Amino acid sequence: MAADSTTRTLISHAQLRRGRGRVLYWAVLTVVVAGFTLVFLGPLYWMVTGALKSGQEIAQTPPTLFPRDPQPGNYVDAWTNLDLAKLLFNTFYYATGAVVFQLVFDTAAAYALSKLRPVLGGLILGMMLATLMIPAMVLIVPQYVTVIDLPIVHVNLLDSPFAIWLPLVANAFNIFLLKRFFDSIPEDLMAAAVMDGASPLRTLWSIVLPMSRPILGVVAIFAVTAVWKDFLWPKLVMPSPETRTVSVGIYAFAGGTPMNVVIAASVIAAIPTVVLFLIFQRNIMSGLTTGGLKG
Amino acid sequence: MALTTAPGATRRTGPVAPTPSRTAGRRAGLGRKVRDNLTGHTFLIGAVVCFAVFSWYPMVRGVVMSFQRTRRGETTWVGWDNYSRIIADPSFWTAWKNTFVFTGLALVLGYLVPFFVAILLNELRHAKGYLRVLVYLPVMLPPASALFLFKFYAYDPSEAGLFNAVLTALGLPTSEWMQSPTMTMPAMVIASTWMNMGGAVLIYLAALQNIPGELYEAAEIDGAGVWRRIVHVTVPQTRLILALLAMLQIVATMQLFIEPLILANGAGTQDSATSVAYLIYQHGFFQNDLNGAAALGVIMLVVLAGFSAVYLRLTARQD
Repeated sequence: MAADSTTRTLISHAQLRRGRGRVLYWAVLTVVVAGFTLVFLGPLYWMVTGALKSGQEIAQTPPTLFPRDPQPGNYVDAWTNLDLAKLLFNTFYYATGAVVFQLVFDTAAAYALSKLRPVLGGLILGMMLATLMIPAMVLIVPQYVTVIDLPIVHVNLLDSPFAIWLPLVANAFNIFLLKRFFDSIPEDLMAAAVMDGASPLRTLWSIVLPMSRPILGVVAIFAVTAVWKDFLWPKLVMPSPETRTVSVGIYAFAGGTPMNVVIAASVIAAIPTVVLFLIFQRNIMSGLTTGGLKG
Repeated sequence: MALTTAPGATRRTGPVAPTPSRTAGRRAGLGRKVRDNLTGHTFLIGAVVCFAVFSWYPMVRGVVMSFQRTRRGETTWVGWDNYSRIIADPSFWTAWKNTFVFTGLALVLGYLVPFFVAILLNELRHAKGYLRVLVYLPVMLPPASALFLFKFYAYDPSEAGLFNAVLTALGLPTSEWMQSPTMTMPAMVIASTWMNMGGAVLIYLAALQNIPGELYEAAEIDGAGVWRRIVHVTVPQTRLILALLAMLQIVATMQLFIEPLILANGAGTQDSATSVAYLIYQHGFFQNDLNGAAALGVIMLVVLAGFSAVYLRLTARQD
């Protein structure tokens, strides 16, 4: 660890390297690492192993640290009884579609607002950003009423994946994130492409998008996690058992299913996003901090 | 009258006199401008339609709906009826009280804790990546999964529950958690903070890294201890982010919904968990009263707009 390369923070490096400071630093570090592991990883350990315990063992006092007689059957029951394969597939399908729709429409819109700048572009951007101020719960009822009978075309989107995909396109945060990234692409590059006779679509495709891979990755990852974590909206617009997402499906079964099986299902439902996080943690964390609130 | 013929003469030679080539040029320029704008709007259309249908229109519709009543497919204007009906709901004031208590407790716990966690993490020179991953990990769990964990394992009111087992091991009295009306709110705040604090910690960390080291240096030379350095350097330097996250957190926690739904089966013991958002859900989707739910949504919007106004006032005065 190259301690000297980092800038000075609250407590100076020199102080931390001297006798008493050094001891204190290592003590604090140990406590923090142990404490954080316990607080953030502990419950997950409890969840994974708890789902392996029998109904009797889970009700035992004091609780056991390791499952005495592991019951992998709980996970099998969860998988088959709740039809988790179907639920996971649905959620995966909605998440993939959300990524495609958001990338296509939000990228195109952000590109237009950043580089093509048509008339009224500023007003449109302002109206989009204004939606960030509206809490989701306030809109839930009128949005639901809109989805069951779309204005003008009078189509009912209940149980259709479009009921999840299209509202997610209306994501002002994505537009803001993408536009700000596109703004940072030098005008000269674009001008050169236009001189060579490239159309706006061509410029977007061969110049802007290749340079924007990191931000597109962030948008895609956030789209997947948003769909995976969402609960109330999919619960309302996907009422049939065949179209449910995994969270809604588990909730629907929770009443009549043994506790350990519900937990086992919850573990399985959490695996995809946790794996996604462990793979893309760098992108997710940088997207959260740079995209979020530095500007 | 002789003068009237003069303008005709000047018109012919005047600077605005159109020559054939210029008209063509201007027409081409206009045509190009129209075409460029058209291209721009073509790129915008997909997103704009989605915003219009799923954001802008529902906003207006929500307000309109709150003054209407739809019965057997027939919609009539009913004035403030929906509002008076929703306010007369026996759970209305309880829901607001619960929501405010949750927001307040979540501010104390979910707002201060991440700030100090970030300050602590920023001082550590080892295990940085590991600790950041740990803090953010719960944010990636589907809330339903995490809340079932809390409901069944952590908040089990018997001594077999995780929290009660820890309390017993420490020699402290156990709690009934969600079964107890007084513990319901704190229990929901703990679960919610555990699930959500990672984002705030990472944002604070990014802000802390932007503080120039010389400021701490200077403060230390002036004899300021650790606590005074936090108060006089760290807090003022991160003031904007602190204020912004406070606002975002208030808006987010006021929408408390999934915690009562899963942990407390909605209303909880003696209505101790009912939130405003849950009441919207109840009226809209169980009591077949979408108009009443829309009215409650408008009330919520007004309350939050009030918060935002106060917030803008306070931050504007500071700058």
